[in-house]
Amino acid sequence: MLRLGLLQPSDGDNLNPILQVKGLSKIYGPGCPSCFELTGPEKDTNLCPICGTVISVRGIDFDLYEGEILGIIGESGSGKSTVVKSLFFDETPEQGTADYYEHGVPVSLFEQNAAAKRRLRNQSFGMVYQNPHLGLNFDISAGGNIAERLLVNGTPNYGKIRARGIELLKRTEVLIERMDEKPSSFSGGMQQRVQIAKALATNPPLLFLDEVTTGLDLSVQAAILDLILEIQEEQKTAMIAVTHDLGVIRLLANRTLVMKYGQIVESGLTDQILEDPQQEYTQKLIASAL
Amino acid sequence: MIHNTFGFIDIQAKREIRRSVLKAIAIPGYQVPYSSREMPMGRGFGTGGLQVTLSLIGEGDCLKVIDQGSDDSVNAVNLRSFIEKTCPGVDTTELLEEANLIQSRHRIPEGALTEDQILILQVPYPDPLVIVEPSEEKRKIMHGEGDYSRLLVKLYEDLVEHGEITISHRYPTRINGHYVIDPSPIPRYDVPFLDQSKSLTLFGAGREKKIYAVPPYCDAEPLAFEDQPFRTEEFFGPQGQRLGCHRCGSTESYLDEFDDQLGNNLYQCSDSDYCNRQMETT
Repeated sequence: MLRLGLLQPSDGDNLNPILQVKGLSKIYGPGCPSCFELTGPEKDTNLCPICGTVISVRGIDFDLYEGEILGIIGESGSGKSTVVKSLFFDETPEQGTADYYEHGVPVSLFEQNAAAKRRLRNQSFGMVYQNPHLGLNFDISAGGNIAERLLVNGTPNYGKIRARGIELLKRTEVLIERMDEKPSSFSGGMQQRVQIAKALATNPPLLFLDEVTTGLDLSVQAAILDLILEIQEEQKTAMIAVTHDLGVIRLLANRTLVMKYGQIVESGLTDQILEDPQQEYTQKLIASAL
Repeated sequence: MIHNTFGFIDIQAKREIRRSVLKAIAIPGYQVPYSSREMPMGRGFGTGGLQVTLSLIGEGDCLKVIDQGSDDSVNAVNLRSFIEKTCPGVDTTELLEEANLIQSRHRIPEGALTEDQILILQVPYPDPLVIVEPSEEKRKIMHGEGDYSRLLVKLYEDLVEHGEITISHRYPTRINGHYVIDPSPIPRYDVPFLDQSKSLTLFGAGREKKIYAVPPYCDAEPLAFEDQPFRTEEFFGPQGQRLGCHRCGSTESYLDEFDDQLGNNLYQCSDSDYCNRQMETT
């Protein structure tokens, strides 16, 4: 079953932003005054020819609304993963602000102290990485991984943690009998499901998906995407889905940003972008995939 | 003959250790780094505890040294004779109530300590987080943030696998509501003695160069789950009766189990001084 954009920001009654990002930039290297001038999609590089700095993300602005899935698409090295990693505090951006609306009150993400960042990361945000080794601890059982996220946040009650683990693994269609096995004995698709279960453990209002289905076989991909859509429908979780796969964007995202060499080259409703791309790069991207 | 200073280590070293001890008392459970000195015995033989003892001890003090609960084990005898040699004017004893300084490794003596006594424990591994996080830098951040969720996950995994928490010694214990310590290789049985203890407890790790403390009347709470409370070891026989010491008959002490060479299992108080006291009273 194909479900397209259930919630559009243009619906009118769902216009509360959950995240507002302004001027986000992240560079790797010393940086020089000419870095931004000499890089970007029009210069066809993200490597500064003077100082050799990689301009990973440059001046990204976007809003994310409650219950919306925003897609970020682009080729390898376009900076799309760096955007979500910065928002999840895996990376520290050089410039820019990001306001997360917690019960309607803006919280400036990059100005928080370590404890507040940790709380946001552990409680309010969830992250599902492409590589399950980043999101899961392979030395402990699947249930233990979920327990870890619950134990960071709440009071330690074994029975409740166990029950919640079972509930989450059922929801993500992992066999409960295998709950006490280590993720290394699972298939790639199962590992991703456990990662999703762990990310969802605290019912986070905001979920980051970084290439969640890349490397999985097609039937597993479809099932995982279906699961993500169901969760989004049930819990109205806002999500940012980073991918290079147009199919994933088509299925998941209401709106899409197209990135190249650290900048947004085009943004808009997913249907519009896929059916009527305006920019040359987007046209090339879509033509090459379809 | 070479004359060493009183207490073997020089006064500068003692001052540094005393400062570290004061800091450790001020921040209960925090591992204070210090420059552990070379001692005339291998690290791992109690050099951390010994340095703390030597920095605190003075003329007129009375010291008790125990190892595995016994005053007569090799390590205890050697440490005691070293202190006797290097600290003229210091008394040593095997009786708990006579001592005002007690250096120990595997046990906290049976029977409540008093406000006038200081217990010094020798510690091989000071950081409880070392089993879940290899990087000391990250461990320090975790301690600072009071983030011990991964230790609780370890307990969770134990419960899943075995149905109960199987840690026998070095049980992670939260001090004063924040820092979690490794309370040296004392058995689980001894952990409750740290809670609201009248005496000061100091921990010295010579090889790892750390000193930490549980001050008197301080909370020491073993990590556990709400619905899976902390339990100590139990000594029950096949008929469900509490086993007693074959020597003194006490049913209230921590017991060592051994084989009498005739195929029987015998149980005996691990604390030899306690056992002797029980023998005298009965």
